[in-house]
Amino acid sequence: MTTPTTNSPTVNAAEDLETDGPAWIGSALQPVLAILAALVLGGLLIAATDERVMKAASYFFSRPSDTLSAGWSAASAAYQAMFYGAVFNPNGNSFARQIYPFTETLTVATPLILAGLGVAVAFRAGLFNIGAQGQILMGATLAAYVGFTWSMPLPLHLLLVVLAGAIGGGVWGGVVGLLKARTGAHEVILTIMLNYIAVNLLAYLLTRPSFLREGSTNPISPPVAESAQFPLLLGAPFRLHWGFVLAVAATVFVWWLLNRSTTGFELRAVGSNPRAAKTAGINVTKGFVIVMILAGALAGLAGVAQISGTEGSLSAGVAASFGFDAITVALLGRSTPLGTFLAGVLYGGFRAGAVTMQTMTGTNVDIVLVVQSLIVLFIALPPLFTAARGRRSRRDKSKTTRSAGAVKEAQA
Amino acid sequence: MSTATQTHDIEPATPQSEGTDRVDPAALPSTARRAPLGFAVLALVSFVVFALGAPDGSVTFRISGDGDLFRIPDVVVPGLLTEWLITALLVVLTVYAFLRVRTGRLTPSWAVLVFGLLFVAGFLVWVVGAAETPSVSLTGLLAGGVALSVPLVFGSLGGLMCERSGVVNIAIEGQLLFGAFAAAVAGSLSGSAWVGLLAAMIGAALVSLVLAVFSITYRVNQVIVGVVLNVLVSGLTGFLFATLLESDSGRFNSPPRLPSYAIPFLSDLPLVGRILFDQSIVGYFMWLAVPIVWFAVYRTRWGLRTRAIGEHPKAADTLGINVNRMRFLNVLLGGLIAGIGGSFYTLVSVTSFTRDMTSGAGYIALAALIFGRWNPVGAFLAALLFGFASNLQSVLSFLGTPMPSQFLAMLPYIITILAVAGLVGTTRGPAASGQPYVKE
Amino acid sequence: MKLELREITKKFGSFAANRDVSLTVEPGEIHCLLGENGAGKSTLMNVLYGLYRPTSGEILVDGEPVEFSGPSDALHRGIGMVHQHFMLVPVFTVAENVALGSETRKGVTLDLETTRRRIREISDQYGFAVDPDAVVEDLPVGVQQRVEIIKALVRDAQLLILDEPTAVLTPKETDELLAIMRQLKADGTSIVFISHKLREVREVSDVITVIRRGEVVGSVSPEASTSELAAMMVGREVSLTVDKQPAQVGEQTLVVEDLTVVGDNGVTLLDNLSLSVSQGEILAVAGVQGNGQVEFVEALLGLRKASGSIRLESQELVGRSVRQVLDAGVGFVPEDRSTDGLVGPFSVAENLVLDLYKDPRFHSGPSLKQKEIRANAEQRIKEFDIRTASAAAHASTLSGGNQQKIVVARELSRPLKLFVASQITRGVDVGSIEFIHDRIVAERDNGVPVIIVSTELDEVYGLADRIAVFFHGRLMGIVGPETPRETLGQMMAGATEEEVRSQGGLAHPGLQPPENSGTDSTDHDGDAVSNLPWEEQA
Repeated sequence: MTTPTTNSPTVNAAEDLETDGPAWIGSALQPVLAILAALVLGGLLIAATDERVMKAASYFFSRPSDTLSAGWSAASAAYQAMFYGAVFNPNGNSFARQIYPFTETLTVATPLILAGLGVAVAFRAGLFNIGAQGQILMGATLAAYVGFTWSMPLPLHLLLVVLAGAIGGGVWGGVVGLLKARTGAHEVILTIMLNYIAVNLLAYLLTRPSFLREGSTNPISPPVAESAQFPLLLGAPFRLHWGFVLAVAATVFVWWLLNRSTTGFELRAVGSNPRAAKTAGINVTKGFVIVMILAGALAGLAGVAQISGTEGSLSAGVAASFGFDAITVALLGRSTPLGTFLAGVLYGGFRAGAVTMQTMTGTNVDIVLVVQSLIVLFIALPPLFTAARGRRSRRDKSKTTRSAGAVKEAQA
Repeated sequence: MSTATQTHDIEPATPQSEGTDRVDPAALPSTARRAPLGFAVLALVSFVVFALGAPDGSVTFRISGDGDLFRIPDVVVPGLLTEWLITALLVVLTVYAFLRVRTGRLTPSWAVLVFGLLFVAGFLVWVVGAAETPSVSLTGLLAGGVALSVPLVFGSLGGLMCERSGVVNIAIEGQLLFGAFAAAVAGSLSGSAWVGLLAAMIGAALVSLVLAVFSITYRVNQVIVGVVLNVLVSGLTGFLFATLLESDSGRFNSPPRLPSYAIPFLSDLPLVGRILFDQSIVGYFMWLAVPIVWFAVYRTRWGLRTRAIGEHPKAADTLGINVNRMRFLNVLLGGLIAGIGGSFYTLVSVTSFTRDMTSGAGYIALAALIFGRWNPVGAFLAALLFGFASNLQSVLSFLGTPMPSQFLAMLPYIITILAVAGLVGTTRGPAASGQPYVKE
Repeated sequence: MKLELREITKKFGSFAANRDVSLTVEPGEIHCLLGENGAGKSTLMNVLYGLYRPTSGEILVDGEPVEFSGPSDALHRGIGMVHQHFMLVPVFTVAENVALGSETRKGVTLDLETTRRRIREISDQYGFAVDPDAVVEDLPVGVQQRVEIIKALVRDAQLLILDEPTAVLTPKETDELLAIMRQLKADGTSIVFISHKLREVREVSDVITVIRRGEVVGSVSPEASTSELAAMMVGREVSLTVDKQPAQVGEQTLVVEDLTVVGDNGVTLLDNLSLSVSQGEILAVAGVQGNGQVEFVEALLGLRKASGSIRLESQELVGRSVRQVLDAGVGFVPEDRSTDGLVGPFSVAENLVLDLYKDPRFHSGPSLKQKEIRANAEQRIKEFDIRTASAAAHASTLSGGNQQKIVVARELSRPLKLFVASQITRGVDVGSIEFIHDRIVAERDNGVPVIIVSTELDEVYGLADRIAVFFHGRLMGIVGPETPRETLGQMMAGATEEEVRSQGGLAHPGLQPPENSGTDSTDHDGDAVSNLPWEEQA
């Protein structure tokens, strides 16, 4: 009666039996291994470019230990500085000083988490949102405009600024969803192109008098009103502001949306199998539009976190490279809300720590980009899987393939 | 906007269009109906902006320069009259396109080409006419545009190698940047620009290697790898630039320039002389690379196989073609080609590397590839158009026209969006692009 | 060419798709490999063609042991294969497709002219009428198949593997293909013909090897009776029938009038179709695959734009969205459950509410009711005997039959006004088939109008109260289940009911199938055991 009728399910079932241990061990171990591997490679890079190491390397064959110890001290000093700058500074003369670095990490993490959620949400619906950068910029632009032109009492003004940011990003993302839904254009191309359109649009606006400080031609907007800024969460000297609470709230909201709401059910169905979703009466194209508006709005909130949180005014560099970092954040977080949140904090820590590292050991901050991208690459690297999961590796390979397939299907 | 040349070889043949191009209007692909619509929008733009805002005086386009073999007189056109004439012609073409669709026929390619050229002309007359000195050197405009498009062309051709074999290459930006970096460092260390060029190719191929290993060998999503590679290259070159190149720029960051040659006599011809016959060596390579790649893709065994593994890898596999090996090699080859483009930045354009100096050119190259429909000639023409647009930006800022340069900078991106949305012609990429090939 | 397979075993993990398979194909012989879908025929051929490596065993060509590490090795030894899903590059021309992999060159330039000439030669020799410069995606399926055959012949294949070649062909095209096979055989080409359709197999084969569950059951001559073959294929005497009482036909609630569907490329896929279904009856839609059945159900469900009218209890469905159609009380089981019916990475519980999550039972406001969804899952799993580790298991981990049960359970778990099911038992194990058939009959007896689309005549005969035959998007007629198979076959090939009648299709009353004939237990498409009654008598 229950004889196998097709090959594949049987093969799967057979492999399932081989599972040796709870799956979460593998899935938790893997990011950890990836992070470690990336840090090691980053450390090697720091060591290899260190002046003392290079000097020691010139007589490597007569005394190799010099090179090795110089390398070790260069890399460990850099990472130690990074730790001091990102988590805990034991040299601080007060408790506040000591934990200041961690609050800095959370501050930097705020836009990363928000934009990362924007990328993750789109991922879950089977869309590649490479456009967080543009969405942040447009969110920031609209938020800043509302912030420095209108004047209103605090809660209302701030609320409107937040709303404006969400709308700015949402529109920029929604355009992608609409074009994809209507014309079948690929969202990867659309979002990349819209990033650059956003950059140029902002550059243009920053030449207009209405966006510039009075009497100035520098491409920077007037500061947003006090009432448009996030109050500080812990008070001075900490920069941590209520934007972080917004990021926490957004994480919870996205979790609820994806896992507990009808809309999320639809979006996930569209992302996993658009044809089945369509057959089940789910409007796939509408799903694309909704999820891109949502993704854009979340990224737009990251723009608000910059405008009303740390920057206080609009400039060409307001989004830094958060939009691209957000992609790596979402990937490291495996597109789950909690994962994205944690990845955002981690990368926030890298960024915050890198500043300290540069001042303390002279190591250039760009090392963070290297480590960040290596982590994402390593996470996807099957040999690392094998180390983390043993025999389960084969199934996960097929998983990557499948998600790629789903995305391909979504674009069809 | 200026849709230029390559937007229109009609639809890929559909079964019912055999024999006649006249079909039931309802059966026309929806994209076919968008062409007249696009025409109408552009004609309206022409009317409102170019015709109503036409320059009062005349506009001069200089063709000959000093030292030319012989002089071609400047083209002087009356602004108002020209704009109204062009707008009228655009309206006529729009009506024609609508009538064609009504009777169930597609808009012919020549109409699109003419429309595009007229629109560009209208735009030029309008924008130059609005300048303080309504006079511009057409030769300079074109030659500058060609020069700016050199890295874009190589980037597109490199991307084409990958995409035609079924691997999406978002990492063109990373390839150009790493090529530029490698050229600067190797050129400086060796003192030879040629070594630098070679290093650029190998450097970009290294980026390709990572792309290939991850996306082909380990079947990691190609878009993800591409995006991450761009971040990685940006970080790595930025870090090394700050750590090594800046601290000892004499040693690491002062490569010699690649030679330029002006071909005697030919280079003195007006208009074409400066564009075709007075180039850096990389510029000449470009004129060679395009026909070579075209020939290779469409006329050789390698090309047939490459296109096959990009369209239907399994079919190729059943005929004994090693799909993943071929993809791997083609991705590496694509890197070598893109690397030549990277060398342009540090061995031709300027002679030092700066952080993120390609500033998104890789993405424009990707756009050119798509707008050029994955065809080497199409990609080349698209890259030329985009190069021309970015050159116009700087020329116009000298002329002092009211057209904000940022809008011109947006042009390639807007055109690409319109292209992928099917508003200016249809795009149909290699069917298997982006899908890893899994042998059962 | 003489080909021998000796004790070939192919394992995937611990599952053996082929076990100790031995067979010999003599030169100029048409050797049929008969077996149900999933019996391991295709796996065996992929081993033979070098796509898979055998776990053990050896292949001998003309007495000489060979080892294929890829298709090119097989090609070099003169083995060509026409795959079930054509291996043609759609945007290439015929010549480019044929040349691919064994191109001739002039210097570095591709020389397609030689290929074109070869194509014309072969085309003339076998009467293929294939234009070397036609683009493949523009060609009809039958012609594409000939391109595949040309591909093999150009490579001087002495042994041709045809994997389920008739699945996509009309009866006429099938006959043409069989003629081509005989001609190839006459020219000395050996052919391995894979099929589960008994009529064709008996008509054209020299030797028939029956495979079941990856093992050779036996070799027989084509003179063997169809019932004998069927029993070998399925592994026991075929006696399963659908138990059902005569239909208690009620009100006519589904009325389809002038339904027309035009494809994206302007081809008419459904042509002025009119029919109606009453409460409490099962209408089966029969026809060769690809004659408008898919379009019919898609139009019904709102998945496809259509003109004309579909009224369910006087409510118009044409122009409605899928959501609205489902809400109107239509239950739908799609043809391909894994792509259209299920979301693989979703849990069983989630899949059980895939189109019901908007039901007030399962959500309040924007929130899903987790508890109810889980309770629903537990109940359906029990009720439909869905074999799963838990309600939280991914649907993709279940077997085909159990996946189908999820879809059926979901669609039957709400009050319906119409139930539509396409190829409902394709790839489903025998036990599940019985269960699913019983549920469908129960639904009918509850007074729901039911439409079953099936290419399996047995299923059609077993379930139908009336049979609608489709051909080229048109309705050839609606007949009763007492209609002989031969008549139905002629209608499926494009004859209307009247034409069959006037040609004397009913002149052989002896051809009428006995009561409850034909309903077999094969788990697969095609008329595997199907043709039993009339073939035996014919």
